[in-house]
Amino acid sequence: MLGYAGTVLYVDLTTGKTHTEKLTDETAKKYVGGIGLGLKLWLSNSKAGVNPLSPENPLVLALGPVSGTMFPTGGNGHAFISKSPATGGVGEAVSHGTFGAELKRAGYDAIVLTGKAEKPVYLWIDDEAVQLLDASNIWGKSPFETEDAIKEELGDFYVRVASIGLAGEKQSKIACIINEKTRAAGRTGLGAVMGSKNLKAIAVRGTRDITVAKPDVFTDMVREFHERMKGPAVQKYRTLGTVDNIEVTNELMCMPTRNYSASHFEKTENINAEVLNERYVAKIIACNSCAMRCEHEALVREGPYKGSLARMEYDNLWALGPNCGVDKLDAIIRAAELCNYYGLDATSTGVTISFLMDCHEKGLLSHDQLEGIDPHFGNSEAVVQLVEKIGKREGIGQMLADGVKVAAEKIGKNASELAQHIKGLEVTGYDLRCLKTAALAAAVSFRGADHNRSGAFTLDLKGKVDRLKAEKGRGKLVKENEDIFALIDSFIVCKNSRNTFYNELGDLAKLYSAVTGAEVSAQDLSVAGERINTLAKLINIREGLTRNDDTLPWKVMNQPVSDDGPTKGAVVTQEELDLMLDDYYNARGWTVEGVPSKAKLQELGLQEFQKIVEA
Amino acid sequence: MVKIHQRKFISADPEKCVGCQICEYACSYSKEKAYNPIKSRIRLVRVNQLANMAVTCRLCEEPACVAACPRNALSQSEDTGNIILDKEKCNGCGWCIEACDYGAMMLHPETKVVYVCDLCKDKPDGPQCVKWCPEEALTVVTSDTLAQKARISAIKKLFQEKEEKQ
Repeated sequence: MLGYAGTVLYVDLTTGKTHTEKLTDETAKKYVGGIGLGLKLWLSNSKAGVNPLSPENPLVLALGPVSGTMFPTGGNGHAFISKSPATGGVGEAVSHGTFGAELKRAGYDAIVLTGKAEKPVYLWIDDEAVQLLDASNIWGKSPFETEDAIKEELGDFYVRVASIGLAGEKQSKIACIINEKTRAAGRTGLGAVMGSKNLKAIAVRGTRDITVAKPDVFTDMVREFHERMKGPAVQKYRTLGTVDNIEVTNELMCMPTRNYSASHFEKTENINAEVLNERYVAKIIACNSCAMRCEHEALVREGPYKGSLARMEYDNLWALGPNCGVDKLDAIIRAAELCNYYGLDATSTGVTISFLMDCHEKGLLSHDQLEGIDPHFGNSEAVVQLVEKIGKREGIGQMLADGVKVAAEKIGKNASELAQHIKGLEVTGYDLRCLKTAALAAAVSFRGADHNRSGAFTLDLKGKVDRLKAEKGRGKLVKENEDIFALIDSFIVCKNSRNTFYNELGDLAKLYSAVTGAEVSAQDLSVAGERINTLAKLINIREGLTRNDDTLPWKVMNQPVSDDGPTKGAVVTQEELDLMLDDYYNARGWTVEGVPSKAKLQELGLQEFQKIVEA
Repeated sequence: MVKIHQRKFISADPEKCVGCQICEYACSYSKEKAYNPIKSRIRLVRVNQLANMAVTCRLCEEPACVAACPRNALSQSEDTGNIILDKEKCNGCGWCIEACDYGAMMLHPETKVVYVCDLCKDKPDGPQCVKWCPEEALTVVTSDTLAQKARISAIKKLFQEKEEKQ
C-alpha cells in the first residue's frame, strides 16, 4: 500500500542488533500512523508496569502515511511515543520540520528502540544501512551543537537530526527531543527516556522516492490546500503567529498568570504579538512542504541577551512570561532559547519556575535552598537563571528538573496545592477554571494536562459553548474533538493547519485515499480516531491509572478566580468535574470508572487487548 | 548566442524564501514523477534559521561546468543559454560538479549521469518551482531585471528612511 514504507525498524541498544519487520496493510490501516501506530507498537512491545527510565521501556518513533509527500504540513511530521516518566502513562509528542520526511525516504514507517547502550551512542540511518556510532564526543552538547557536529562528522549537510540536550542526558522528566534546532517533541519527558538509553541522537539520510497512489487527485488537493493556506483559515499563523492568543486569552480573563494566582496579566502590551513581531521577529520560516509557514524566529538585537534566538509561540511565551509574572520579551526569548539549548520542554519548564516562585512567595522555601536567586514573580533574571539550573540539574535545579509534581513532593508542606499539573504533566496557558470544556478535556487527556489532545479550548474561547458552565453534552464534544486530533497526529498533519480542512474528516479521508489508494470514508476515520484514543486509554489502564487520575490541579478546584470581570469566582468543583466525567465516559461507551467495555473493544477491533480491561 | 543580458534563469529572493522545500518537490515530481529532493534541480539551503535560500543553475557566461567536462558532454544552448547534457557522453566523473560555484550540477542517483535545471523548457507554463513557490520567492529573471529590482528597492528604502526621519 503506497503511503507506507511497509517497514518497522527495531533497534536493540543493549546488543546493538537491528532488524526490520513488515508493517502489514491491515495494521497500517487500523492505526493510521503517527501516534496511532506508535501506541500500538509500544503496547505490543512492552510489559505492564515497566519503569519508564529502564531499558525495557521502548521508545517508538513513528511517521504517518503522508510523511514525505508534498502535502502541505503533511510531509514533515514525526511522533515519539513511550511510557512517560512524568505521568507513568502514555508519553507522546509530535514534532515537525524535515526530519520525518527524511526518515520516510530512508524507508521506514516506525522505529522501535529498546535496551540501553553501554556508552553514549547515536543512531545513524543511511537508508537500509543502520549503525550505532560513538557519541562520547557530543555527550553534554546542546541539540543545536549536536546537529552540527553530526553533520560535520558524517560529512553531509542534508542529514537530519533529532537529539537530546543535557536535560535528556540527566533524565529530567521535563526533557524533550529536538530536531532541526528549534523544533521539539516537547511534552511528557521523552527526552529522559532517550537519555536513559544512552541514545544522544538519531541521524537520518533517506534517498528513496516517495510516490502517491492517485497523483492527479493528490496534486489537485495540494494546489487547493496551498490556496486555502493563503486565506483566512490560517491568517493568524501566517501573520502575527500563535502569540496573538496572548491578548485573546487575556481579554477573556482566562490567561493563567503568576502560577494561577490571577487570570489576567496587566502588562501584555509589553509582550504581545505586535511587539514581538515589530521588535524581535527576524524571520518567519517554514517546515518542509508547508505553504503556510508559521515559525516565528525571534532575535534579541540589543541588551544583556543580545544574540538570543528562539522560535516563539503562545505556549513558551506564556509559560516563561506572564505565568511567571514576567513582561520582558528579551529575557523570555533568552529563556526559551535556553530551553532549546538544554533540551527542555519550555511549557513545563516555565510552569515549574512559576511553581517555585509561588512557593517562595508563600514562604515554603528556606534561604539556603535559593542559592542567591531571588525567585519572586516578575523577576525575569531569575527565570533565565533557573532555566540554566534546571537544564544542568544543578543546585536548586536538582529539585526542579523533574517538574512540579516531583518538586512539590520534595518541598512537602502544602506545596502540592501550588503544583499545576495533571497526571504529572504541567498545565498549558489556558485557565481551566473559566474554560470548562477545556477543563474536562485536560482532565481526561491521556497524556496529562494539555490542550493539544482535543483543542476543546477553542470551543470555549470562540463562545460556541458557555465556557463557565459544566453541563451534559461537553463529553460528546470533547470525544469528537479528541478523535479528530488523534487522527491529525496519526496522519501526521499540523494542528496549526486544522482550519484548512474545511470538511474535516471528509478531507482527511480524501487525502488518505489519494496517497495510499485505499478507499476510506469519513466514518472509517472517525472509528480509527476513536480506536486510537481508546488504545491510549488501555495503556493508561494497564499502567495503573484510574478515574482518580482524571482530575484537575488543586488551584483549579479550590481557588476561584479573584480578578474582577466576567470570570470572577470561576472554579471547577468536584461535582462539576464528576458530572462532566460521567458524561464523557458515557459518550465513549466506557464504564463510570472510565474503563472501555469488552463490547466497545470488539466494536473497535481491539479484542487482542481485552485482558487489560479484565484485570 | 543569446546575449547575457537576455539570458533568463531562476532566482530566489532570500528575503522571501522561507525554506519550505516545495520547489524541490515540485521539481522532482515534474521531472521524475517522485517526491525526492535529491532528484530536484533546485536545492534549498538553510544555513541557519535566518538564512534560507534555494539555489539552481545561473546560466553563466562561459560556464565553468561546460569548460570542465573532459568528454564534451556539456554545452550551452545558443538560443537560451541553458546547459545541455549529452547523456551518452557523460560518465558521471563529476568535474562539472566541482567546477560549478553554485552547486547546480548534480549526479543523478540512478542514471549516474549529471543533471541540471533546464528551466522546464518542455512545460508550457514554465519552471514548475516558480509556479509552485507559495512565497513568490522564485522568479524567472535576467540580470537586468534583478538589477532593476535592487535599484528600486534601494531607492524606496532610502526615501522611506528619509520620511521616517522627518
